[in-house]
Amino acid sequence: MSDKHLSPYLNEFEDIPGTLVFNTFRSRQGFNLNQFCMSLMKPENREKFKANEAEYLKPWKLTPEQTEAVLKRDYLKLMQNGGNIYFLAKIFSTDGFPYLVAVSTMTGMSQDEYSKMMLSGGRGIKGNRSKSNPSL
Amino acid sequence: MARITAGVTTSHVPAIAATIDLGKQQQPYWAPIFKGFEFSRKWMAEHKPDVAILIYNDHASAFDATIFPTFAIGCADEFESADEGWGRRPVPVVKGNSDFACHIAQSLILSEFDMTVVNRMDVDHGLTVPLNLLFGDLKPEDQWPCEVIPFPINVVQYPPPTGKRCFALGRALRTAVESYPEDLRVVVFGTGGMSHQLQGTRAGLINREWDTKFLDGLTKDPIGLTKIPHLEYVREAGSEGIELVMWLAMRGALNDNVKEVYRFYHVPCSNTALGHIILENQP
Repeated sequence: MSDKHLSPYLNEFEDIPGTLVFNTFRSRQGFNLNQFCMSLMKPENREKFKANEAEYLKPWKLTPEQTEAVLKRDYLKLMQNGGNIYFLAKIFSTDGFPYLVAVSTMTGMSQDEYSKMMLSGGRGIKGNRSKSNPSL
Repeated sequence: MARITAGVTTSHVPAIAATIDLGKQQQPYWAPIFKGFEFSRKWMAEHKPDVAILIYNDHASAFDATIFPTFAIGCADEFESADEGWGRRPVPVVKGNSDFACHIAQSLILSEFDMTVVNRMDVDHGLTVPLNLLFGDLKPEDQWPCEVIPFPINVVQYPPPTGKRCFALGRALRTAVESYPEDLRVVVFGTGGMSHQLQGTRAGLINREWDTKFLDGLTKDPIGLTKIPHLEYVREAGSEGIELVMWLAMRGALNDNVKEVYRFYHVPCSNTALGHIILENQP
């Protein structure tokens, strides 16, 4: 996304820590990636993808960063490269993993630590509201 | 004439779908969640709506990245469960009400809400999980006990519509329903939420205090809730907490005066604070 086009509306979200808002610019950036994900809604495509992931990705024209992140299942990097969680869900569903597992990989915590945090009430809001004012 | 008798809101967490499909409702993690809907299922069985207008968001199932309709309405006769990457859910086919849906679409557009009319689409967990939670764990050979009009609102690509706009849409939806000549009892669903964040290093965010205020406001001060900007939803309730604008579309379709007959709140349901409320219309 071009900084010069970052509207006051979008700029305000930049203050929220650890959060990427899937706006129309990111939607453009991730279009090919997200459309590849949609192809995995067909069982025959899931089979082809599982048989040879790198080969399956070629016609989708992903960027090298997106391709590498798909192959490594680096969901945070995929989000940073225009992916959206509901599209990316088709990849981890193909792998047989639920949201909880895929989402935990973006946090820097182990899956076990993340599950325990959720069972104890989730990530607290205090200190997680604002980059510019971490005491909030 | 058709009339709206009640509104229901509930989260639509996909893990609930997997739990039902795999028959794991009695596991210790899930039992309290299903227990939280025992009253609701009984209430719904006694309430006997003819039609449910179900406001939800499509999760990249019917709509891919080529098009993100802000407000859409399903006018088809029936809707199949989507294959979201693990096969179609084993639930009954959703039967629509084409005539009523077309009437609503026309009325809304003439009320200046420029709807996208959808004549064919599959419905994902956003629609089928609320049906399960309120109508039971039905099998493909069963039938949902009422007709369902799917009503997808975009909350995936920013900007989604504002809460104020969704509330006004609900007001116009009420007018649309009440101008339909057939005697139909209608329940409106608002789904999604409550606080949750499915992405980034802040994933797992839950804000019980903010959610509780939102539930209180939904019954008593919905106009107050319409003033909440997108920024506050994301900051306080997480990037996917924005789904709560869909609850305001439901609330706008009800009378100012409602009776809260049931409320349930539970953390965690997967990554999410599960919230649920039943409001009956009062004169």
